Amino acid sequence: YFIPLNLLLCTQPLPVPTIPTERQFYEENKPFTCLDGSSTIPFDRVNDDYCDCRDGSDEPGTAACPNGSFHCTNAGFRPTFIPSSRINDGICDCCDTTDEYNSGATCQNTCREMGRKERESLQIMAEITKEGFLLKQQLIHEAKRGQEDKQGKLTELQGSKKGLEEKVEALRTVKETAEDPEKEAKERHLKAWEEQKELIRMEKDKTRMAEAFLELDDDADGYVSVAELQSHLELDPDSDGSLSETETQGLLGGADKVDTSTFETVWSGIKDKYLQSLICDPECISICRNLEKEIGFDFGPSAEFAYLYSQCYELSTSEYIYRLCPFNRVSQKPKFGGSETNLGLWGQWAGPEDNLYSVMKYDHGQGCWQGPNRSTTVKLTCGKETVVTSTSEPSRCEYLMEFTTPAVCQEPASLDEVLHGHTEL
Amino acid sequence: MAAFVVSPLKMGPLLVLWLAGCLSGTWAVDRGNFKTCDQSAFCKRQRALKPGQSPYRALLETLELTNTKLTLQLINDNNKVRLLLELYRLQGNMTRVKINELKPLKPRFEVPDVLINDPPTEPLSLLSRDENGVVLSLGADSQRLIVSAKPFRLDIMEGREVLLSLNSRGLLAFEHLRIRKDTQASQQFEIAKEDEKVEDGMWEETFKSHTDSKPNGPSSISLDFSLPGVENVYGIPEHADSLKLKATDGGDPYRLFNLDVFQYEVFNPMALYGAIPVMLSHSAQRTMGIFWLNAAETWVDISSNTGSSETPQTDVRWISESGIIDVFIMLGPTPTDVFSQYASLTGTQAFPPLSALAYHQCRWNYNDQEDVAAVDQGFDDHDIPYDFIWLDIEHTDGKRYFTWDPHKFPQPKDMLQGLLDKRRKMVTIVDPHIKVDSSYKIHNEIRSKGFYVKSKDGGDYEGWCWPGNSGYPDFTNPEMRAWWASMFAYDQYEGSMENMYTWNDMNEPSVFNGPEVTMHKDALHGNWENRDLHNLYGLYVQRATAEGLIERSGGVERPFVLARAFFAGSQRYGAVWTGDNAAEWEHLKISIPMCLSLGLVGVSFCGADVGGFFKSPSTELLVRWYQTGAYQPFFRAHAHLDTPRREPWLFGPENTALIREAVRQRYALLPYWYQLFYHAHHSGQPVMRPLWVEYPQDTATFSMDDQFLLGRDLLVHPVTEEGARGVTAYLPGKGEVWFDVHTFQKHNGAQNLYIPVTISSIPVFQRGGSIISRKARVRRSSSCMEHDPYTLFVALSPKRFAQGELYIDDGHTFNFDKQKQFIHRRFSFANNALSSRNLAPGSQFTTFSWVEKIVILGASKPSKATLKTPDGKESQLEFEFDASMSVLTLRKPGVNAGLDWTVVLQ
Repeated sequence: YFIPLNLLLCTQPLPVPTIPTERQFYEENKPFTCLDGSSTIPFDRVNDDYCDCRDGSDEPGTAACPNGSFHCTNAGFRPTFIPSSRINDGICDCCDTTDEYNSGATCQNTCREMGRKERESLQIMAEITKEGFLLKQQLIHEAKRGQEDKQGKLTELQGSKKGLEEKVEALRTVKETAEDPEKEAKERHLKAWEEQKELIRMEKDKTRMAEAFLELDDDADGYVSVAELQSHLELDPDSDGSLSETETQGLLGGADKVDTSTFETVWSGIKDKYLQSLICDPECISICRNLEKEIGFDFGPSAEFAYLYSQCYELSTSEYIYRLCPFNRVSQKPKFGGSETNLGLWGQWAGPEDNLYSVMKYDHGQGCWQGPNRSTTVKLTCGKETVVTSTSEPSRCEYLMEFTTPAVCQEPASLDEVLHGHTEL
Repeated sequence: MAAFVVSPLKMGPLLVLWLAGCLSGTWAVDRGNFKTCDQSAFCKRQRALKPGQSPYRALLETLELTNTKLTLQLINDNNKVRLLLELYRLQGNMTRVKINELKPLKPRFEVPDVLINDPPTEPLSLLSRDENGVVLSLGADSQRLIVSAKPFRLDIMEGREVLLSLNSRGLLAFEHLRIRKDTQASQQFEIAKEDEKVEDGMWEETFKSHTDSKPNGPSSISLDFSLPGVENVYGIPEHADSLKLKATDGGDPYRLFNLDVFQYEVFNPMALYGAIPVMLSHSAQRTMGIFWLNAAETWVDISSNTGSSETPQTDVRWISESGIIDVFIMLGPTPTDVFSQYASLTGTQAFPPLSALAYHQCRWNYNDQEDVAAVDQGFDDHDIPYDFIWLDIEHTDGKRYFTWDPHKFPQPKDMLQGLLDKRRKMVTIVDPHIKVDSSYKIHNEIRSKGFYVKSKDGGDYEGWCWPGNSGYPDFTNPEMRAWWASMFAYDQYEGSMENMYTWNDMNEPSVFNGPEVTMHKDALHGNWENRDLHNLYGLYVQRATAEGLIERSGGVERPFVLARAFFAGSQRYGAVWTGDNAAEWEHLKISIPMCLSLGLVGVSFCGADVGGFFKSPSTELLVRWYQTGAYQPFFRAHAHLDTPRREPWLFGPENTALIREAVRQRYALLPYWYQLFYHAHHSGQPVMRPLWVEYPQDTATFSMDDQFLLGRDLLVHPVTEEGARGVTAYLPGKGEVWFDVHTFQKHNGAQNLYIPVTISSIPVFQRGGSIISRKARVRRSSSCMEHDPYTLFVALSPKRFAQGELYIDDGHTFNFDKQKQFIHRRFSFANNALSSRNLAPGSQFTTFSWVEKIVILGASKPSKATLKTPDGKESQLEFEFDASMSVLTLRKPGVNAGLDWTVVLQ
């Protein structure tokens, strides 16, 4: 024969109420008023395995109330509430085993162990956060410098572009004034016209040269110096992206600086590249555009994410190589041949309101067969390294990527604070 | 899941090409993939035959009457081919009519393994006989069977009333087996007489690019049934159509041919995944049933003279491609009688483990072990109960069933143990198509044992399915089934555990590149063509699997197997669902008549994919579907691979709460569901019932399929309209009352009632006069609730009477059956006393569960309530009385649910 559960319950002292702040309401041998005030019952109906209070407050230690909750003290770990439906359901929920006092389940008290593990992981996290946050400061610093550089460059480029436009305008005027005689001359005599044209051309060239001299002579001391010329990468003879002192001297005919008349002798060597760079320079325009675009990105409150720009990070799985190029795109390429699939283009920051910069959203990727366009959500977590740690496809063609970066590390509380913040530890 | 939908990226190039041809971007079903009657040669031939004088004549001189049957030869006066008629009177008020060729060229197929036994007969007695025919007594209620000789017809009479006539329209047609005329043999044996012109499609038939070789030539059969006085016929699932069957004049007949129909449409007679050739007829006077035991492709024509001034009559005609005529006429006369009669032939619903009646969470696909763990945790985090999580085809190693993807599911036992720790379970899919791959053990064994279905030229039949090129095990072979069952042993199915159950999808079988997406009809199962037994294949798959699950536990545990294709008798092996529906309101609506139709013909364990399989439901549709699904027998959410995630907590806290509430209502009601399934198992009564089953004389209910009953006592009216502000429910029963289960408000029966609805719930009513047990403590899985106490809801009739039952057992073993370990109680409220009495004195079981609360609806306030137990003890119960709703709540009787007790109100 068996003992009905309710009889057991009547004879066994229950480990509740244990909610420290509410303990005062459960005063033994005094009528109990439901915490919502809805009714008052004799105290022997508290925890008698029958739900009397609408709010469930008379049964803090049994599963009787559908809306009740149970407080696990969990000494050694962290106290918590569980729905009262988890009391005596045969599954160990509280690490201190207090939820399974009458189910026959054998639970081990794991609070101490869990506390230890939690402390360890908190410690590790704290260290990561600390280092990560230092790295973040560096990133912010670099980003600031980079941003200034770029802004400067842009201003400069935009300035020179403006100057150039003016010059082009001036030249156009010159050309137009020359055009009328051209016509006449052309009609009169072709040869004379050719001479005329050459003259005009030389005239124009001279004008351009003069203008170039003025432009290159940064400090307006009447000399174009190696130093001044070196900033004009567009003149780089071998186009390797840097203009060395020797190269520059070469451009100036071996001199350290040249005046107007000497400039005339080296002009022919510089002229083509210089004019090309000014008059119709697609590269300059694209640099300008790129700079504008880059400056326009939202790299976070302190531009701490700027370092990710134009970088790419990969994760290799058994089947695919996933590639995240922040602020640009996400893609997937089969490891064993096959073409790359676009999993989304940079969309926007998509974290919750209070933590906007924790999630990146990439969308409008390659269309799915009978489905939406592919998209990827990138979740950012604090880490010392910048790496893609996992990818998955929770829904068809909706990808999820986990990405660690120091840029999301928050200012750490001191380790002591972290540990003591969890008072029960 | 459906045949065609898979990412082209993951398929072989051949299949992709083929798919591209099949899918032209439209959404609805591609009707061109499936035959109309006109495109099915035998249906066309048979349907060309119009009602008239039958060429068949009974040769009365050949009549023989034995203790068990009457036999009689019939002759077709046009071609002189003789048939043999056998008539049986079966126990339980049924008549069996069998017609075969007297001397067929070779045996014709007779369906095995569907009847649970050779139906016991009762003697027929000859009442009279003359040159026009004979009259036989059917025993009960002055019922007679009249055999008329010329033209041949059968009439079943009761008194002066004709209940049913066979061949009264002269549509008995039996295409005898014959020798092909253009062959040598036929010239030697000039059997063929006149009227045997060879028509197109007799010896070969082509549909789309597929040719059916038809080596046996024409073999179809047909018979008509007339039902005087009948305006309503039901059954013959599976069709996505209204509960009440429609007349088919002017359109196609209802088709029964198990097919994997991609993106099926609602409200049409096209064949779907399963076939149960059972039709019920109903009028206010009588309910009857016709069970046409034939597993070949079958078409059913229905016509009705409704609307004319004469006596209403419904005429039905059955046409099958091969086999014999073997009809069971179930004479009722009540719906309950018909259910019992059919159950006595084909068995009852398998009694599922209790947990299988709880909520199932499925998706194509849960990606990996981490995904499973995260979804499992999601349910706990959002405090939503669930019992089963399902894995679709992607969990396998390259669609090799019985295996696991080594990367995604490297430690299946760890995963299953994690679920077990939470008292939860899993279902994995095992489909009947086997990847042709010499490094796959299952394939090698089937091939080496010769267990595959053979193609017409004798090699292993192969077709395309999920794994690519696949073989199809011959489940009609008992040795094959025994071997298949043995594959579910824990040491064979690696990574399986006792909390893992099975799903058989695609068991029509689905063959992507086959005719109508299924097997070629000339494929061979031993000596028989697929043509002969096509509709039976799916039943055998589910049977072999269920037997495997029983065997792996040493015969102790009840199995749970879900299948998509089914036949008469499939109810004995598990659950079915309505296949690949869509996230549309129309599909939510059609789930009701689809499951009601199945319930009428024995299959109670039916459900539709909650949320809809294809496409993505609006949040409102999803919520409404959960609310409806919670009150349908098989309650599983499922979604297509290409749809966005839709776990219940992904639609904001308000919708999470709504879904939580719907699922909790299901869990609270599990004791009632379990009791209903016990009854379905015990006596064959459907769990989910059309109203007319309980109110057979109320003509207002006859075509109702937007609401239904669970058992007798709960009436459910789902909300299936977008943005609905209210529904009009019909509450049946003159002089009866119904109580709203949410508000306890009382309503009178026999009225149409407008009920305002909000998104929070759907209208559900408890019948006055009933007692329903619930478990109010909803936990995270049904197993966790095993020992919890009961709350009894006593809804009083206007005469202050109520009755109900409670069934309890261990929830998962056969001990209830083998060792009579169960509790079956009868609760009765009469004369102001509520008592619990034992309904099964021979049984024994002990439960920890007790009665924590008794809620009496429609009560008046007593002065005291006294609890009396058999030991003579009496105690006073405290109570609360809500005068506004007349609800009396008795506090904590505390008695054990397995004991006798009485509460007296004074």
